[in-house]
Amino acid sequence: MTVPENLSYTAEHEWVAIDDTVASVGITDFAQQALGDVVYVSVPAPGTAVTAGEPFGEVESTKSVSDLYSPVDGEVIEANAEIDDDPGLVNTDPYGAGWLVRIRMADDPAGLLTPEEYTALTKEAE
Amino acid sequence: MTTPDAAKPRQTPLHAVHEQLGASMTEFAGWLMPLRYRSETAEHQAVRGHAGLFDLSHMGEILVAGPGAAAALDYALVGQPSSMAPGRARYTMICAADGGVLDDLIVYRLDDEEFLVVANASNTSVADAALRGRADGHDARITDQTDAYALVAIQGPAAAGILGPLTDVALDGVKYYTSHRGTVAGREVLLARTGYTGEDGFELFSRPEDAEHIWRTLSGAGTAAGLVPAGLAARDTLRLEAGMPLYGNELGPDTTPFDAGLGRVVKLDKPGDFVGRAALEAAAQAPPRRILVGLRGGTRRVPRHGYPVLWDGQPAGTVTSGAPSPTLGVPIAMAYVEPEVADAGAAAGTGAGPGGAVPDETGPAGTAGGRLAVDIRGRAEPAVITPLPFYHRTQDRPR
Repeated sequence: MTVPENLSYTAEHEWVAIDDTVASVGITDFAQQALGDVVYVSVPAPGTAVTAGEPFGEVESTKSVSDLYSPVDGEVIEANAEIDDDPGLVNTDPYGAGWLVRIRMADDPAGLLTPEEYTALTKEAE
Repeated sequence: MTTPDAAKPRQTPLHAVHEQLGASMTEFAGWLMPLRYRSETAEHQAVRGHAGLFDLSHMGEILVAGPGAAAALDYALVGQPSSMAPGRARYTMICAADGGVLDDLIVYRLDDEEFLVVANASNTSVADAALRGRADGHDARITDQTDAYALVAIQGPAAAGILGPLTDVALDGVKYYTSHRGTVAGREVLLARTGYTGEDGFELFSRPEDAEHIWRTLSGAGTAAGLVPAGLAARDTLRLEAGMPLYGNELGPDTTPFDAGLGRVVKLDKPGDFVGRAALEAAAQAPPRRILVGLRGGTRRVPRHGYPVLWDGQPAGTVTSGAPSPTLGVPIAMAYVEPEVADAGAAAGTGAGPGGAVPDETGPAGTAGGRLAVDIRGRAEPAVITPLPFYHRTQDRPR
């Protein structure tokens, strides 16, 4: 399981890459392994306002469906269209081509986890 | 009777193999079982296209032996094992007096006075206790032999080709739902042409200490033919596509075999009484309370176990199993629905008869899609009723 050093994380197993006021969001390697093969991801369309900690989409895998939670407050500016055609990208490249949405943040992010904190959390979950 | 320690699931004789393969393990019915090795979708497709290797050692094996074994089983089960020739296998059920299903089983007649009853892991102790109680007064010994057997299944169109050179049993002579004693990889097995995937395949009952050798030999011999290890996740989607019921989903103590569309396993014409006869005779005559149907989801969101089925927005049933179908590429499900819904939905959704995926030309397009839906996490998603099974292998079943 990989936990890249340059990202922030949430307890809901999402990663966040912050570039100035834009947050790119996906699910972690730990999450994709636990879910198994992802068959469908629904995320909000660009223009949708999202609130940190609130569900904003879902991930369907063979065995289960899980909510996605927005890690930040703001507005969705882009959704990864390739995920729609090839949801398996979430499994094969969760931190790269498997990204889900980009959000223009309304304010500074709060309550995100460091890689160390997230790693510790996944150890507890095992 | 074995009582698994809830805190510590049991390991199968193949546990070390699964660990070595890096399997993702899950607790299932008190056992630690491989859920998937890599991608469950790839495992599913390997079984459809080539072959898969399964560890099913969690299944319960109950031996019923003695001069009264056949009579005891005729009384205990809804089927008629006394009518089976030695070497034959049969899918059957054990029901409560009220007709509810306690477990679905495969019974193998090994000999005139010896039967192997294979039960679901979650129900082995229930089936064992029920068989003991019902054998009272018969000259038959019931022993739970689960710990004495490992069970490896090789399933898929390439299964016979892989297994053939490794066994002294002539597979051409092994008919569907029969069993033979022989060897595989030099180890004694009971070799049965049975399975739970909708494909041709074999189940190999062996001594626990022989399972790893059998597994590794099959695995080594089959890799070139596309054989892969397959976990419980693939097993579940394979059986769902094949329209096969799973105890706890389609079957349970509140379900009769007739509810599940499996009334044919109830041999009401067999002589003598059997447990559940009166209730099942009534169930056979009564109009169905609910009907098990196949559903095809109209969106990419997946109907899953327990989700309400809606007809014109009103609750009309419950999904029992559902998954994204790797073969069909759409969500599929089985559900119990009210009989009127089954009739109207089938008429509107898929035209008449099996294979008749014909749009209804008399009503508005997608009539069933408009009226029939599944409540998926608070949102009604359209669905259509479709004939079971969702998948039927095209090759002839082995004769």
